[in-house]
Amino acid sequence: MTATIEPEVGKGRLRKEDERLITGRTRWTDNLTLPGLVHLAVLRSTVAHAKIVSIDTSAAKEMPGVLAVFTGDDLDPEGKIGMPCAWPITPDMKSPRRPVLAQGTVNFAGEGVAVVVARSAGEAEDALAEIDVEYEDLPVVLGLENALAEDAPLVHEDLGTNRNALWVFDSGEAGSGGNVEQAIADAEVVVKRRFRQQRLVPAFMEPRACVVDPTAAQLTMWSATQIPHILKTMSALTLGLPEHKIRVIAPDVGGGFGGKIAVLPEEIMCLLIAQKLGKPVKWTESRSETMVAAHHGRDQIQDLTIAAKRDGTVTGLKVELLADMGAYLGLVGPGVPILGAFMFNAIYKIPAYHFACTNVFTNTTLTDAYRGAGRPEATFAIERMMDELAAELGMDPMELREKNWIKHDEFPYTTVSTLTYDSGNYEAATQKAMELFGYEALRQEQRERRERNDPVQLGIGISTFTEMCGLAPSRVLGSLDYGAGGWEHAAIRMLPTGKVEVITGASAHGQGHETAWSQIVADQLGVPFEDVEVLHGDTQSSHKGLDTYGSRSLAVGGIAVVKATEKVIEKARKVAAHMMECSEDDLEFSGGKFTVKGTDRSTGIGDIALAVFAAHDLPEGVEPTLDSEAVYDPENFSFPHGTHLCATEVDTETGRVRIRSYVCVDDVGKVVNPIIVEGQMHGGLAQGIAQALYEEAVYDESGTLTSGTFADYLLPSAADLPSFTTDRTETPSTTNPLGVKGVGEAGTIASTPAVVNAVVDAVRQFGVNDIEMPLSPMRVWQAIRTGEKAAGGPGAEAGGGLGSIDPAHGGAQ
Amino acid sequence: MRITVTVDGTSYTDDVEPRTLLVHYLRERLGKVGTVVGCDTSNCGACTVHLDGHSVKSCSVLAVQAHGSEVTTIEGLARDGQLHPVQQAFHDNHALQCGFCTPGMIMQSIDLLSDNPDPDEHAVREGLEGNLCRCTGYQNIVKAVRDAAHHMRPGAGPEAERVTGADTGSRTASSVGGGGE
Repeated sequence: MTATIEPEVGKGRLRKEDERLITGRTRWTDNLTLPGLVHLAVLRSTVAHAKIVSIDTSAAKEMPGVLAVFTGDDLDPEGKIGMPCAWPITPDMKSPRRPVLAQGTVNFAGEGVAVVVARSAGEAEDALAEIDVEYEDLPVVLGLENALAEDAPLVHEDLGTNRNALWVFDSGEAGSGGNVEQAIADAEVVVKRRFRQQRLVPAFMEPRACVVDPTAAQLTMWSATQIPHILKTMSALTLGLPEHKIRVIAPDVGGGFGGKIAVLPEEIMCLLIAQKLGKPVKWTESRSETMVAAHHGRDQIQDLTIAAKRDGTVTGLKVELLADMGAYLGLVGPGVPILGAFMFNAIYKIPAYHFACTNVFTNTTLTDAYRGAGRPEATFAIERMMDELAAELGMDPMELREKNWIKHDEFPYTTVSTLTYDSGNYEAATQKAMELFGYEALRQEQRERRERNDPVQLGIGISTFTEMCGLAPSRVLGSLDYGAGGWEHAAIRMLPTGKVEVITGASAHGQGHETAWSQIVADQLGVPFEDVEVLHGDTQSSHKGLDTYGSRSLAVGGIAVVKATEKVIEKARKVAAHMMECSEDDLEFSGGKFTVKGTDRSTGIGDIALAVFAAHDLPEGVEPTLDSEAVYDPENFSFPHGTHLCATEVDTETGRVRIRSYVCVDDVGKVVNPIIVEGQMHGGLAQGIAQALYEEAVYDESGTLTSGTFADYLLPSAADLPSFTTDRTETPSTTNPLGVKGVGEAGTIASTPAVVNAVVDAVRQFGVNDIEMPLSPMRVWQAIRTGEKAAGGPGAEAGGGLGSIDPAHGGAQ
Repeated sequence: MRITVTVDGTSYTDDVEPRTLLVHYLRERLGKVGTVVGCDTSNCGACTVHLDGHSVKSCSVLAVQAHGSEVTTIEGLARDGQLHPVQQAFHDNHALQCGFCTPGMIMQSIDLLSDNPDPDEHAVREGLEGNLCRCTGYQNIVKAVRDAAHHMRPGAGPEAERVTGADTGSRTASSVGGGGE
């Protein structure tokens, strides 16, 4: 072995995680069984808003195998337990209590009303049909503007309003820019648009599940969650349980996409019932339950006004949002639109900016984080606006963007919304993308198709995006009134045989942390990739952490790992100097060895680990351990960026959209594992494209979710998506030692506007300047014919005729 | 009702309720938890297994319908520590992230390859239409299936999964469950 071994970071390592997953040796929460385990099934409201007159559980209690049936009042007689919201965005934010099971009223279709405990899941399910609930209908509040109307009925009578909060940022007041009203008044060109961010379902493939064992030394909860550490602390706070008596384990978790950032009423229910019965309990939801009961994402109305000079220089941007919270506040729900507040100005130098968001209650499933959380909404709006402004000015949309974006030699750059972008090179990413895409040739073909009135028109869509991720510097979160910090923890255990255990507070659910962290540690400590084991997702072994969301794992958690290895090396240096009888200053560490400078005398870190384990001869005052831990609080967000180009063919006779080509060049800084990064891009693109073309959570006028199954909610299959051309440029982040930025959300954030811009570009000559998402054939066809952007009915038509199944769980009637 | 089913090479005889779904029998009675449940409308394909060599969604088959049959699950694919070529290809091509859809996706891919040993991209995408994945955007899954096709020529796969007979092209879809398409 020499010091010239090939670095692990940057290598396309195949994943360590795969072996179990491809052979079915998995530990999903629902796979677990325990002695004496009993099963829960939740009866869910079939109505969106009603008083609960009575709940009769007597017949259900007589059903075979049933141990107990509980209502909200049974579990919480004093009505004191409320599900936590950790993000009070303003001091006067309205915050309704969300009970474990509905008490007094139900506020959305899908809210839990009662729970059956039985010997088997089937028996629990059977007994649900025997529970008799009498409802007295209340007026149903649906639609953001309806909810804010003067005489609107109220979701929560006691709050006196459907307005949850108003959050405002103004560059004039903040001193970071000019007055936007002045900019608009002085503008040579003003373009206004209203965009609809439709409601989406995160649709992780593994339905949520929870097992609680009250017979263990600690009250132990397994949950299909993204946030085991936060869940532990919040469970303690919510129920007044001693935190040190709770252990939370996130075993294999089948995707999250923000949808598993939550403290669930069902988790709290499991804790309560397990303790009540003294038996382990399991709750696993059906997909029909997930669709109505797990939080949704997006759902905003966006009003934008952009001011510019005739030459294309943008002079001001005003953003007014309405954001649907649903019936209650999720863990971080009210803050999601606020994460977008800093991203509407995107990569552009905008001198005046105003942002105002009104959060609103309706009788719908609550909304919260979904991949990108606030940033896709912002990126969509500004990238759509840039295309609209270009059309208004008769400019090429890329030329307009280039005129306004931050040049590569202007970094670090502090934006009008007060963030400091550390690095970026929009020119380089764009140039590469334009070449891969064949921009000029496609524009030529577009002209030709227009000239010959081809029934299939071609459109080109651009999205030059950036995002803020790597959540987050704790001081920034504090300034936004978030309830926690944004640091991450890591620890290294050096085992006597030279193997290494890495403990991380990040909690992977498909990302590949085990592989990527192994690569980082292999380089840092000079040990083989195979000799590193990564432990995560169990608060007993990984005792400290803030979990995985907001593209934070590598840019925050990965850096904590680096910092912990640095401490291991410093401890080992003292011992190495003692072993080789030299000064610490004479040692250099490389390739897993301390070498005395200018000699060939060296000691490997494995030998030092063994010597420390034996502890027979350590220097004075040195503890017999190399184990180290670090908590890293980032100094800034990371700002990945990229240029996404989409070519769509639109059949003007049918309204059908076909993605002909999708090219993206992303800059996510230094890359630890290019295979994993590419996979993240692919999956992100698929979700962003799905928002543009396929997905929508649709409610009927009674508040029933009509897209409540995978037969009706159009999650794209392999046949619905194209192959993507992905490439990268690499401009390292300057605010962390690995130079990395986040990648988990980039594809989702960037791709939606690229697709919609492409479709609008294909049909703009018919007088179309917007089509509401999802761009179903019906909507596109109607837009071409009538210019109506939302005509043609809901985007997600009930497809399979299966929407009536499972009424017990609040499925469509 | 009493049924006898061979699952992953072992014969089991059990009394089951007539309404028991094959997937629940596999998971709850036999502990074959490698096969998972992702939906309740037969759309996601996460529960796909092979019933007498044909892919079926095991949420759409009653356990009693499997009486006298052979079932292969994801747990029965690897032989003597040797991964099935499709399993290997999923690993080699980073065709999974969270891995929840993977068992069904692999089982369906094997079925697809037994119908069409050398599918083009379009054929793979169409052939996997009944299996949903939320993580990968499918691109690497398509790549993996085509990669596996090259490695499986001829006779690379385990005996149980090898296409037999000359009439594979005219094979009809399984008569039970939503498999195949």
